[in-house]
Amino acid sequence: MITLSHYIVLGAILFCIAVAGLFINRKNVIVLLMAIELMLLAVNTNFVAFSRFFGDVGGQVFVFFILTVAAAESAIGLAILVLLFRNRSTINVAEIDSMKG
Amino acid sequence: MSLSLSILLTIALAPLVGSILAGLFGKVIGRAGAHTATILGVAIACGLSFYVLYQLVWGGAQNFNQDVYTWFEIGRFHASVGFMVDRLTAMMMVVVTFVSLLVHLYTIGYMADDPGYQRFFSYISLFTFSMLMLVMSNNFMQLFFGWEAVGLVSYLLIGFWYKRPTAIFANLKAFLVNRVGDFGFLLGISAILYFLGTLDYQTAFNHAPELVGKTLQITQNHAWDAATVIGVLLFIGAMGKSAQVPLHVWLPDSMEGPTPISALIHAATMVTAGIFMVARMSPLFELTDAALSFILVIGSTTALFTGLIGIVQNDIKRVIAYSTLSQLGYMTVALGVSAYNGAVFHLMTHAFFKALLFLGAGSVIIGMHHEQDMRYMGGLRKYMPVTWITMWIGSLALAGTPFFAGFYSKDAIIEAVGESHRWGAGYAYFCVLAGVFVTSLYSFRLLYMTFHGKERFTVAHGHGHAHAAHAKHDQPHDEDHADTHKEDAHHTPGVLEHAPHESPWVVTVPLVLLAIPSIAIGFLTVGPMLFGDWFGKAIHVNEANNVLGELAHEFHGALAMGLHGFTAAPFWLAFAGFAVATYVYLFNPSVADKAKSALKPVYEVLNHKYWIDELYFAVFAKGGVKLGEGLSKVGDAAIIDGAIVNGSASLVQRIAGGARRLQSGFLFHYAFAMILGLILLLGGYWLIGQ
Repeated sequence: MITLSHYIVLGAILFCIAVAGLFINRKNVIVLLMAIELMLLAVNTNFVAFSRFFGDVGGQVFVFFILTVAAAESAIGLAILVLLFRNRSTINVAEIDSMKG
Repeated sequence: MSLSLSILLTIALAPLVGSILAGLFGKVIGRAGAHTATILGVAIACGLSFYVLYQLVWGGAQNFNQDVYTWFEIGRFHASVGFMVDRLTAMMMVVVTFVSLLVHLYTIGYMADDPGYQRFFSYISLFTFSMLMLVMSNNFMQLFFGWEAVGLVSYLLIGFWYKRPTAIFANLKAFLVNRVGDFGFLLGISAILYFLGTLDYQTAFNHAPELVGKTLQITQNHAWDAATVIGVLLFIGAMGKSAQVPLHVWLPDSMEGPTPISALIHAATMVTAGIFMVARMSPLFELTDAALSFILVIGSTTALFTGLIGIVQNDIKRVIAYSTLSQLGYMTVALGVSAYNGAVFHLMTHAFFKALLFLGAGSVIIGMHHEQDMRYMGGLRKYMPVTWITMWIGSLALAGTPFFAGFYSKDAIIEAVGESHRWGAGYAYFCVLAGVFVTSLYSFRLLYMTFHGKERFTVAHGHGHAHAAHAKHDQPHDEDHADTHKEDAHHTPGVLEHAPHESPWVVTVPLVLLAIPSIAIGFLTVGPMLFGDWFGKAIHVNEANNVLGELAHEFHGALAMGLHGFTAAPFWLAFAGFAVATYVYLFNPSVADKAKSALKPVYEVLNHKYWIDELYFAVFAKGGVKLGEGLSKVGDAAIIDGAIVNGSASLVQRIAGGARRLQSGFLFHYAFAMILGLILLLGGYWLIGQ
């Protein structure tokens, strides 16, 4: 029997993988975007799980919104990425430090 | 019958008008215009002063005390310009304007070739105005104004020959030393305002008895008597202005100024302002025996020990300068034993004979073509008979020969000290008696070295052709011409270009006019002024302190006093001084040198003026420089610039340098920080929740 806690644990694991992806990854900006997507999915999983648990569809409606926004965000993120590559001819995260104080 | 305000205003303002004319329009009105304008102004003031004195003494006029003009108001405090004219003031006005008038006349001769002719006349007229404001004042604020104004003019005149470094040094010194005194004076005035709530003389004197029993907490454990504090502080002002030990160091150096102002400012009038002030404040000083004892000790120390220095000086003006110090000491002693009349009386007689001596010395200096060293004089009496005779009169008066002016005043002071039982009177009595001998010694030494004995100078060219045709040539080419002075570098001491000559009439007439009061003024005025009720309520003496009142019982007229003088100790002491000087400097000059080498340590002490100058220089001048250097290096450079200004900037820089490393520019660092922050925040809430 799959209980609520299984879903929550799955969401937490997904979120942690995403965070680890953010920190450990030093190479590729695309992986960063993927990690962010993964975070959003972890949140979505929680939403759906709680929605089912409380019998309230509001949570599932939210998931649709989040998916839409995430799709738009990915599009913008990839566009920025293309521009970044054009300007600096690299997408290596370790080399992008122009915000350094 | 009362005095009219317009007359008093004219007296005060006429010299000011003269001064402004000569000072600001000197180029327009020229030399003759400058001296005419200023002499006219002072002559008007002098004539009207005599009139005021006449009105007060014989005309039955009431004392004048009225505010004339509101200077400023601050809250409840009201500062006004006003005149208080009683007999004490009138006497001072006459002395000041009379001596000033003669000095103005004399200056025509003395400064004849000086390029700063108009400036000089402007200054001395300005001085006359300031001094009149000082003596005629009816409140402390105006007194202080006059006090500072005479100080300023004194500063300007000591440094009159501003190209000479020594003159600049001297005037700076005078100014600084006077600041010390003035600081005390200002504190004294503030204390009066604090305790009595007014700066008006009459109100302050009326309320003076309220001071008794009031105290001031200056130090932690001791409450100081208010009257004593006020008395001592005011007297510190007098010590600066009247050059009392230890603030006397400026007066000998002030001889760097032209001789006429040495006579007017540094002998006859300005330096006596302190004496006048204490006499004027007698109702306040009478409240405090302690302050009067302080005055007594300071005065007697000055009277004896500065006189001693006069014996070893060789510069003719410096001898008289030390004599002035010593005589000011006598006046201060008189103040200290509550014999205010005696002090003021000595002030008056001293003004005449000391002005005479200074002007005489100036005449000698003119005659000697600006040689001031007495070692190169001698035998001048046949060249300058008028100067010779008048100098003798002045010296006899100074030494206290019976029937001369100085005798009455000085003898009265000595007797008053003898009568007094105030603490310190014994020491003072010794000092003033010994001072008589010393005074006589240096006075006659000066006369003999200058006018008698062998001529110790030689005339380089010519054969003493000091006749009229050369009179113009013989005029002093003034000491100030720094350029001339350089040309004179080959000038050897004791070698004159022309023979000495008698000075022109503008110089000798003032000498004669001053010689008359030097002889007669004491004889004429001793009765009423010293022992009578001449000053009326202007001077207040407690019955218990009234030493002159005691002496008055034994006073049987000026003639009797003069005759009695021959049998008293001071006369014989003076005679001893005369005898020693005569023997040593007239008959057997080698004794002086022998004495000098035999008493080498004493001579050294006196010649170095007790090393007071050196001490002040080492402690205050050097100390001041050190302190300034220290403050500049530690206080300014290290603390303010280093620690506060640059320190705060570099602290910010260092903190920012550390914080900058957090800003790595890597997105994942920021994200990590966010997550970490979130975890810490939630963890914190969780912990609190537990």
